[in-house]
Amino acid sequence: MSRILELKGISKAFGGLQVIDGLDLHVDEGEIVSVIGPNGAGKTTLFNLITGVYQPDRGDILLEGESLLGLLPHKITQRGVARTFQTLRLFLNMTVKENVMAAAYGRTRAGVVRSILRTPGMRREEREISALAEEKLAFFGQRLMGYRWDQPAYSLSYANRRRLEIARATATGARLLLLDEPAAGMNPKETHEITELIAQLRTEGGYTILVIEHDMHVVEGISDRVVALDHGIKIAEGTFEAVATDPRVVEAYLGTKAAATK
Amino acid sequence: MSEVEGTPEGPKIGADEWVARSEERTGRRGGPFAPLVARAEQLPWWVLLVAAVGVSALLPFVSSSEYVIRVAVNTVLFALLALGLNVVVGWAGLLDLGFVAFYGFGAYLYALLSSSQFDLHFPALLSVSIVIVSSALLGLLLGLPSRRLVGDYLAIVTLFFAQIYVVLATNADRITFPWNDGPTDISGGPNGITDIDPISILGYEFGSIRSYLWLSLGVFAVVVVALQFINHSRTGRAWRALREDSLAAEMMSMPVNRLKLLAFVFGAATAGLTGTIFASVQLGVFPQNFDLPLLITVYAMVILGGAGSIPGVVIGAITINVSLELLREPSNARFLFYVAIGLGLVTLVRPWRRLAAILVGLVVFGIVAYQLTEWLRPAWVSGTIEGGRFASVLDGWVIHPVNSVHLGNAGFVLLIVALLALTEVRGIWRSILLVPTLYLAAFVWENRLVVEPSVTRILLLGALLVVLMSWRPQGLLGSSRVEIV
Repeated sequence: MSRILELKGISKAFGGLQVIDGLDLHVDEGEIVSVIGPNGAGKTTLFNLITGVYQPDRGDILLEGESLLGLLPHKITQRGVARTFQTLRLFLNMTVKENVMAAAYGRTRAGVVRSILRTPGMRREEREISALAEEKLAFFGQRLMGYRWDQPAYSLSYANRRRLEIARATATGARLLLLDEPAAGMNPKETHEITELIAQLRTEGGYTILVIEHDMHVVEGISDRVVALDHGIKIAEGTFEAVATDPRVVEAYLGTKAAATK
Repeated sequence: MSEVEGTPEGPKIGADEWVARSEERTGRRGGPFAPLVARAEQLPWWVLLVAAVGVSALLPFVSSSEYVIRVAVNTVLFALLALGLNVVVGWAGLLDLGFVAFYGFGAYLYALLSSSQFDLHFPALLSVSIVIVSSALLGLLLGLPSRRLVGDYLAIVTLFFAQIYVVLATNADRITFPWNDGPTDISGGPNGITDIDPISILGYEFGSIRSYLWLSLGVFAVVVVALQFINHSRTGRAWRALREDSLAAEMMSMPVNRLKLLAFVFGAATAGLTGTIFASVQLGVFPQNFDLPLLITVYAMVILGGAGSIPGVVIGAITINVSLELLREPSNARFLFYVAIGLGLVTLVRPWRRLAAILVGLVVFGIVAYQLTEWLRPAWVSGTIEGGRFASVLDGWVIHPVNSVHLGNAGFVLLIVALLALTEVRGIWRSILLVPTLYLAAFVWENRLVVEPSVTRILLLGALLVVLMSWRPQGLLGSSRVEIV
């Protein structure tokens, strides 16, 4: 298995607050890696560093051996990394289908002039984008199909908004998906579904997935490997069983006293 | 398992799909134009465009009045400006308050290239092309420093730009260059540039106002087609995506900064192009043509019509420009005023029994008030209301002294108090209070507003905007929006 993403000694501080401190992390092709940790551990900052929202103070980020440092976020996405957001950030007033079509921007070429003239190439590209969006939406069964295509994204239920965010991320053409708490705010049934869906994204979609998740049922169900963060430092890494029973992880979540009584 | 059944063909009530379709069932109801709008939405966009442009082009055959056609040309120009602003504000979501500066720049540049100012008389096509390219470049220049700004910060910077433009146009009549002795007159200062060449294309000179109507309609059609195509391309989708959430757009592989610049460029080029037609129709340009009132008017058109919708902003431009023109003439204004009140009552007051009660109450209230005043203070009803049969009916109903200034002003203050009180009371009290409020409105109108058309126009426009925005915050044809929550 080849290494798709590799972080080497990444550090990031906001003023005096060291959010990520000398972190090493790697994700192999076809792997599902979960990042866990208490609130404020630096998980979302980690995603922001990978996707180029922030630049790390030290260290290097390699995607398939090439550094991502200094690239603008949209360039990083075009290289093959796409993410979803913990706080949903859909294009709420665009239709469901347009949300997905918009995300194909980076893999299409037609410029303004060709769009005004509606050249055959441009129209073919439009048809391809449309077919791509339909294909990506079809991945979620009937939930985002049919009449839903032309409805504004704000009319979707919470769970469907999370699904649409995933569909949108896949439409960018990325091979590495960063999912930020995909099961947050979902009921047990939906949580179970999203667990299966993430597994399907790998088996049927061929995606490599790095996921932040608080729900340990999800983490247990999907992860090849779990990485635990606390205060920006990796405190444990390994299989779910190994990490979940690691005393430092228990301590980070429950405090020393609880860990002592365990 | 018992479930509530929906209609045989529809989804089950309470089911996921039923919830999702709730907007479909409830969203389209209401409003006097709802069936018309629904019918029009079924037609392809180009049918509407051809119909609108075709009907407008026939105007010179219906009316021979040059004034009417001039208003039509102005309306088309405003529609073009609204379309340009819609790219920047409605699609890309950039609050650009410097927009009219590009309009002014286009008009002035055309004036410089095709007039006796520097004795350059470039062919119109060349001038117009130069103007479009230069306006686009200027848009790029304004966009470069401001592309990282959003919302109110961008608004301040671009507003400043608009003001600089007006100041520059007013004062660039005495610029001293190192290689020249005396000051050079570039912009003509407050007197502007006059004696601009009319546009002529391939030997055909646009001399009459009706030919300008056809020219501007042609340009309008081309701009609408171009914008419609862009809106449904990856660029249009990306603009709207960055309006919704620029960080998410950037994360979804869209080059946000470049797209913002592109929106500025498109808005500026459209405004510049419109400016050339304006300059050649008016045969002169003056700094005050491009000042803040114009900016506010164009913004009002976009917002009233529905930012983001091409037919919406065009209808906004027509509504506002035509009503502003109609309000110039007092007798027209009076007609519009009472029709607007009547329409407002018919659409807002339900059921019809209450409406009838209010109307009867209003008539009786007026007669009683008039008779009482005549008995107590004959001087207050000594004036006459002029202007046709309708006015003579009003004459026996509305209190109207010869010198109406003081009483009218007092009535104005009272009217505002009554309107505010109206928003605070509920139910039957609102209907009861509505009667004296409406009478007060008629009183203030006849005594004060009708004699001050320039003030009244703006007041009524403001009232129209307030009412429309509270009725449909998304504008006439805009789709309702939600903010990120």
